[in-house]
Amino acid sequence: MSMAVKKTSEPFEFTKKNREWANGQIKKYPAGKQASAVMPLLTRAQEQNGGWLSVPAIEHIAELLEMPYIRAYEVASFYTMYNLSSVGTHVIEICTTTPCWLRGSDDIVAAAKDELGIGFGETTADGEITLLEVECAGACVNAPVCAIHHSYFEDLTPDAMRQLIRDLKAGKDLKPGPQIDRHTSAPVGGPTTLQDEGAV
Amino acid sequence: MLKDKDRIFTNLYGIHDWRLKAAQKRGDWDGTKDILAKGQDWIISEMKESGLRGRGGAGFPTGLKWSFMPKESDGRPSYLVVNADEGEPGTCKDRDMMRHDPHKLVEGCLIAGFAMRAVAAYIYIRGEFRDEADVLEAAIEEAYAAGLIGRNACKSGYDFDVYVHRGAGAYICGEETALIESLEGKKGQPRLKPPFPANVGVWGCPTTVNNVESIAVAPTILRRSGAWFAGLGRPNNTGTKVFCISGHVERPCNVEEEMGIPLKTLIEKHAGGVRGGWDNLLAIIPGGSSVPVLPKSTCDNVLMDFDSLRDVKSGLGTAAVIVMDKSTDIVRAIARLSKFYKHESCGQCTPCREGTGWMWRVMERLVEGRAEKEEIDMLLDVSYQVEGHTICALGDAAAWPIQGLIRHFRDEIEARIDRHHDRQAAE
Repeated sequence: MSMAVKKTSEPFEFTKKNREWANGQIKKYPAGKQASAVMPLLTRAQEQNGGWLSVPAIEHIAELLEMPYIRAYEVASFYTMYNLSSVGTHVIEICTTTPCWLRGSDDIVAAAKDELGIGFGETTADGEITLLEVECAGACVNAPVCAIHHSYFEDLTPDAMRQLIRDLKAGKDLKPGPQIDRHTSAPVGGPTTLQDEGAV
Repeated sequence: MLKDKDRIFTNLYGIHDWRLKAAQKRGDWDGTKDILAKGQDWIISEMKESGLRGRGGAGFPTGLKWSFMPKESDGRPSYLVVNADEGEPGTCKDRDMMRHDPHKLVEGCLIAGFAMRAVAAYIYIRGEFRDEADVLEAAIEEAYAAGLIGRNACKSGYDFDVYVHRGAGAYICGEETALIESLEGKKGQPRLKPPFPANVGVWGCPTTVNNVESIAVAPTILRRSGAWFAGLGRPNNTGTKVFCISGHVERPCNVEEEMGIPLKTLIEKHAGGVRGGWDNLLAIIPGGSSVPVLPKSTCDNVLMDFDSLRDVKSGLGTAAVIVMDKSTDIVRAIARLSKFYKHESCGQCTPCREGTGWMWRVMERLVEGRAEKEEIDMLLDVSYQVEGHTICALGDAAAWPIQGLIRHFRDEIEARIDRHHDRQAAE
């Protein structure tokens, strides 16, 4: 996300379970090519660290993979899914690229900002929810979409966006996928294909 | 019009179970051992005969690509890498294949990997597709447990591993050499070619990078024959294709159709037509954000395949159809894409790093008409200075939507500039 890593002296080390998981990841790659595991390991470190990567977390991964810190930092700062400063307990990512914009993402963004009282890149005062703008989420036929905890919420309306935020605040389970009466990426009203039971 | 019996992705919408048993009932993993027993040369010749062209956007013949891999190892292992870093705006087809029909991809990995004498496949999936990657990993686990992949895969005597590698949010990693860099644990910055990946790819080893759809259709092609696939569509543009129809249509959807289907038919038959009727259509981006926009007059008759769309100075790309009705601010729609490319430029090549930001800033002014008319040609000129002057195609992809806009909607841009000047004069 941001280029500068937030300063913290909080030490970081993988839990035993995550360490074992990391060893399994490293084994996916040929011997001596353990640096290939840097992305999954950074992702897991970010999860363990409350949603963001601190310097000690990046250092830990670099040591584990026997690569210079700067190489791990380069990766952490290049890819947008790594947060280099703290984020809320929940992160809402709204897609605003053209296919979502054509289907009304401006209204979704306005509803989310109003309901949360914050703008993009900000976190609510209670530290609970961070709102981010993202580039194409890759669910364009279900636009507009947002991601919460990396699950997609699709076919949003401003009301649906507000309801998701209220439910999130209330600690309720959210139901990913289309927020209207629709099955995945099939057209509303049902598929126009794959109707011939004998053929499929 | 494609018949259901000729559809490959019979669980595209996830109406049925994706798991192994259900997938086998739908025909996946049927006779895989026999296919492998026919040998590498047979598989590649059948793929060539099918006419399949890569489904990731560039449209390079898949069978030919596989044939570039070394037939004898010089000591280095070979790898298949599957590009599942789907992020081209408008495109969301690979997502459905992975979450609803993952065994087609896993089986395709084994067959393609065998054909190119690879030891393993790495499926590079965009990090945001977390739920999708979970399904794919579970499908791979099932395939290992059933002896379909791994040691002596399908009792063929061939050992083959399949792994999932999760990205972390970088569009550029959809470019094959950036993807390879990323897979090696680096920033996703494209490499100069040559050497081509088939000679020096991931970890310095021979590598072929294929799109999810190209790999996932291979088992069905080999079961039903290359001739069957070649019989669908038009010459040089064969087979079936999953189209993604988004934007201003009544019922946006993904759908598998025959290559060469008229654009208008595709939209009216499967997506409920353009919002407000066909005459309410303004323009369509026919193949994902990177290809130039087409005005309604072209959309009336154009066919959806590589050659037809090339002939009208656009492209099939990923077959992601972005529909815009007459309510659309077309300049803003394209300006938003310029912002996308500025955001996703990896920063390695100067023309792209500087050019994408420059073009976006001018586009933002054009949205409001806050410009002089000469700047339209200046923008066009800069777009040509970016196009073709970068290591990878992201520079081209940033230039083409702007070129398409100016080609077809110059009047609209000029009218905005006039209105802005009128407003200024009035003040």
